[in-house]
Amino acid sequence: MSAGQLPRWADLGLIPLLNLTAAFLVSGLVVLIIGENPIEVVQILLWGSLGFGEGIGFTLFYATNFIFTGLAVAVAFHAGLFNIGGEGQAYVGGLGVAAACLMLDSLVPWWVTLPFVILGSAAAGAAWAFIPAWLQAKRGSHVVITTIMFNFIAASMMVYLLVNVIGKEGSMQPETRTFEDGGRLPMLNDIFPFFDFGTAPVNLSLILALLAAFGVWLLIWRTRLGYAIRTLGANATAAVYAGISPARIIIITMMISGGLAGMMAINEIMGSQHRLLIEFVSGYGFVGIAVALMGRGHPVGIVLAAILFGMLYQGGAELAFEIPAVTRDMILVIQGLVILFAGALEYMFRPALIRIFTFARTPASAAPAAATK
Amino acid sequence: MFETLILILDSTVRLSTPLLLACLAGLYSERSGVVDIGLEGKMLGAAFGAACVAYLTANAWLGLAAGISVAIGLSLIHGFASITNRGNQIVSGVAINFLAAGLTALLGQAWFGQGGRTPSLPDGGRFREITLPFADSVASVPVLGPIYSGLLSGHNILVYGAFLAVPFTWWVLFRTRFGLRLRAVGENPAAVDTAGISVTFLRYRAVIICGVLCGMAGAYLAIAQSSGFIKDMTAGKGFIALAALIFAKWKPVNAMFACLLFGFLDAVAIRLQGQSIPGVGEVPVQVFQALPYVLTVILLAGFIGKAIPPKASGIPYLKERT
Amino acid sequence: MTAAIELRKINKSFGAVHANKNIDLVVGKGSIHGIIGENGAGKSTLMSILYGFYNADSGDIIVDGQKVTIADSKAAISLGIGMVHQHFMLVDTFSVLENIILGAEDGTLLSGGSDKARKELARLDADYGLKVDPDALIEDLPVGLQQRVEILKALYRGAEVLILDEPTGVLTPAEADHLFRILEVLRNQGKTVLLITHKLREIMAITDTVSVMRRGEIVATRKTSETSMEELAELMVGRRVLLTVDKGTAAPGAPVLKVENLTVTDARGVTVVKNVSFEVRAGEIVGIAGVSGNGQSELLETLAGIRHPKSGTVTIGGEVLDLAHHPVDAAGMRAKSVGHVPEDRHRMGLVTSFAEYENAILGYHDDPAYSKGPFLNLAAIKEAAKGEIAKYDIRPPNPMLKTANFSGGNQQKIVLAREIERDPSVLLIGQPTRGVDIGAIEFIHKRIVELRDAGKAILLVSVELDEIRSMSDRVLVMFDGRIVGERLPSASEGEIGLLMAGVDDARTAKL
Repeated sequence: MSAGQLPRWADLGLIPLLNLTAAFLVSGLVVLIIGENPIEVVQILLWGSLGFGEGIGFTLFYATNFIFTGLAVAVAFHAGLFNIGGEGQAYVGGLGVAAACLMLDSLVPWWVTLPFVILGSAAAGAAWAFIPAWLQAKRGSHVVITTIMFNFIAASMMVYLLVNVIGKEGSMQPETRTFEDGGRLPMLNDIFPFFDFGTAPVNLSLILALLAAFGVWLLIWRTRLGYAIRTLGANATAAVYAGISPARIIIITMMISGGLAGMMAINEIMGSQHRLLIEFVSGYGFVGIAVALMGRGHPVGIVLAAILFGMLYQGGAELAFEIPAVTRDMILVIQGLVILFAGALEYMFRPALIRIFTFARTPASAAPAAATK
Repeated sequence: MFETLILILDSTVRLSTPLLLACLAGLYSERSGVVDIGLEGKMLGAAFGAACVAYLTANAWLGLAAGISVAIGLSLIHGFASITNRGNQIVSGVAINFLAAGLTALLGQAWFGQGGRTPSLPDGGRFREITLPFADSVASVPVLGPIYSGLLSGHNILVYGAFLAVPFTWWVLFRTRFGLRLRAVGENPAAVDTAGISVTFLRYRAVIICGVLCGMAGAYLAIAQSSGFIKDMTAGKGFIALAALIFAKWKPVNAMFACLLFGFLDAVAIRLQGQSIPGVGEVPVQVFQALPYVLTVILLAGFIGKAIPPKASGIPYLKERT
Repeated sequence: MTAAIELRKINKSFGAVHANKNIDLVVGKGSIHGIIGENGAGKSTLMSILYGFYNADSGDIIVDGQKVTIADSKAAISLGIGMVHQHFMLVDTFSVLENIILGAEDGTLLSGGSDKARKELARLDADYGLKVDPDALIEDLPVGLQQRVEILKALYRGAEVLILDEPTGVLTPAEADHLFRILEVLRNQGKTVLLITHKLREIMAITDTVSVMRRGEIVATRKTSETSMEELAELMVGRRVLLTVDKGTAAPGAPVLKVENLTVTDARGVTVVKNVSFEVRAGEIVGIAGVSGNGQSELLETLAGIRHPKSGTVTIGGEVLDLAHHPVDAAGMRAKSVGHVPEDRHRMGLVTSFAEYENAILGYHDDPAYSKGPFLNLAAIKEAAKGEIAKYDIRPPNPMLKTANFSGGNQQKIVLAREIERDPSVLLIGQPTRGVDIGAIEFIHKRIVELRDAGKAILLVSVELDEIRSMSDRVLVMFDGRIVGERLPSASEGEIGLLMAGVDDARTAKL
């Protein structure tokens, strides 16, 4: 190992850990500023998210959303694309869920509806990602900017559709009718009664999310398409040299990414709300960015990061109840700090660590040896 | 009909102002090669800072100063991440948007306990409309009178500041040493470095100017247009400003027209809410809301001209080993 | 003669790489001092230290008898040191004038500085014959003129010492000659010129003194009039260079690759390959000589399926391809048994962040031998990678190692092994030994000759004329997108050099 490099474990373990620690330390500082005790806050957060069955249930429910949106961001990352449009893609994905449920819920049981829901949500999310993808692939329009724009366009479009087109008639609420049993996923409580998640809406989607995580792992590291995606992300010129069409891979990858984001709607709409309503995504698409960064693009890391964020969301709700001064907005702050430290400031601690490691590895005798190298 | 037009144009000016300030802010940053999707967060933070201080001191100018300070602080975080640490600028911008959204609501609730709002501003805490000389006396003159008294007169100082910032920015960019270097560093930082100019310092100055203008934009929202801070009061304006910047192809005068266009769409949407246009029928308000984004996407697609960003934007500068 | 610049015991390391070791150098005032060395010998690093782009780890810099510290480029400029970088440091969207005054604006406002610069440009034109339109945009200027702007930039800042880093790499021989005349004028007017190059001919043609660098050290300094190309070459590589490759006579068979009337335009719409026709037969190496940027790269990439031509046909093993109307991508060309070792392995031939075994299938990941349905067959891939590592003596022999951690020569072997082991009937090879150590060069050359002797058709592109002449069985010369002549490798350097300079057969005949 030459100087200027870190051992693998430090790169993959220590640095992310340091980054996270920094994010949480600064979060603690914020808590101090508003005059509360950070230790107490952590206690309530942990208890609220893991201390009882229902808390765990909610943690896992939120985590399910974040696994989907985190995977969506990560898949695009591997192709060198930054998909900020998870929010909009998940929102439009709700249309796919609702379409399948509204058509089938009174005719067939949920397990017949489910495949159509998966297909519908993934297709809707993928379709919403397709236009930015196509523009990036064929016209060179930057996908970051176009996906941001498409988030806003999705928001306007969904409000219009829910108010004017598919909303429940005679209701002032911009939402569809409530689904019948055929449009409702079973709760994990019903499948595994010994878990006792209380009223937490954690449902079959969690299993679906874990399957998706495994699928993404297979896709990225074990398939020919994944190889092409990673090649494009690491070196676009080499991809062309290798006969990989960047346009094709950009479009396919973005559609997979959009599809995964769209599937988030299954958890919210078919798993919990049982109707399509406005703003049900409420920022979960953006959380995917933090989750993907924290999980370093690897499905295992993403599942763990998603659970951590699930804990923050659930624990944060308890927190707002116990300490009214610490509102749920605290989660946004932590989220921002995690993105900042684990993403934008990813390498902040690296130079210092390299110095420490180099120093530790080169005792006095090594100095002249280095000069003769 | 003419009066309606003046009214719509008048509110166009009001609605364009924060967009314009934020858009020019982004222009300085992106011209220097630092992509900034954190305009939204900086505006929001500034709005909160301005409202807090204006409420406490009953002085709008101190409020403005506070807003600018907050935005500069957030800009420096962005600078530290993207210039000093060569981090991903998009990621950093996203982080700043979250930080601002979370902190403003959290601190607002902790300090004032009104659900993230700041209390209504006392007298003097707010920028007032300025009536231009003779505005009342010429109001009755046909055509020109209403334009002068109804459209040009009666805005607060930040509105005039925003529109004056347009020629000023043009002048800075194309007629001063700083502007030449700023444009150069966004196109080819190595050329600037080898000319003996610090890329880092130049880019930091650019993001600080970006902070100043975002601060003005935020202050406008909280202590000029409204009387206090409301949770998430920027409501995507930072992103519209970003869209306007692309629409303007990173040019100051174009930026003004783009912001006026987007402001006009907003004004029309408000005006037409629930009304139907003859021959077209009722146009859903969402169409107007989505239009700025749709137009920008069409422009980005290259169907109406091509938006080419500064060549080095988004790429951290690293002295290469040759 | 007094010294304009003196360097004493300069050291610089990048991580574990000791790029400059105890450099001592004295550059006489009013002279042209050449520094020659192979790629990676540390020439550019040394000059970057002198120009304040990097700071030396230790050592002294003496300018005009005064010990100085050059912390940044600004300090270098104020000491009268100017530099023309290998990759021009110009803002493409700016005018010539804006580029000239950048960093030397003379006041807060531009107006004063611009007027002054206009006058100064006129004076420099009068003094040195450096004419250029101050209002032209850089992106519209040809490369030779862009370089002139770089020289003007330095002179405008009052440079007394001008450093030129590989200035002729992008120039035609005619442009290079023009540059040399300018350098002579500069010297005669009392300026000092430091010329960095790896081309012996340039050193002999223009310099007064020459220092040779090898592996980060200055191994010798000679008066140019008292040395020879042979001596310098030996000093550069550290032992007598083998200018001939050990190979028997070719036994060419039937044509395998046939190119007819091929015309290629680049992304900007400029025609870069003009109506090119030639053929390569089985069992022969056809070399394409030319100054870089004369269409060789584009020709190679077109045949590899990376670019698509505007017109013309390519015939491979009897199959006629109308690539202009029915484009075939790189994967398609590989399927037609065309292997491709690209000119730039970092940019194109490898994904340096991948493990070695992953690079061993770059371009072949859809090959049934390496996949099972949609999945990769990792066991088969690693097996193949291990085989190539053994056969090509790739070190360290670890297929799991990140490719970036291999040396240049070993990286090139990874690419070569991958392309040769697929047993292509046509092999396209660009700059096979660029940035590769001597030992690996011999190995690579031997492999290519073996492949020829196995009856493959090989097209070799290299900007190193020595390599072309020693490897090829026939030499084609490209200039300005055209093939301007064909010679046997035994033709004299001068003869081929004339063709490379655009003096083609038709014109030679007229003369």
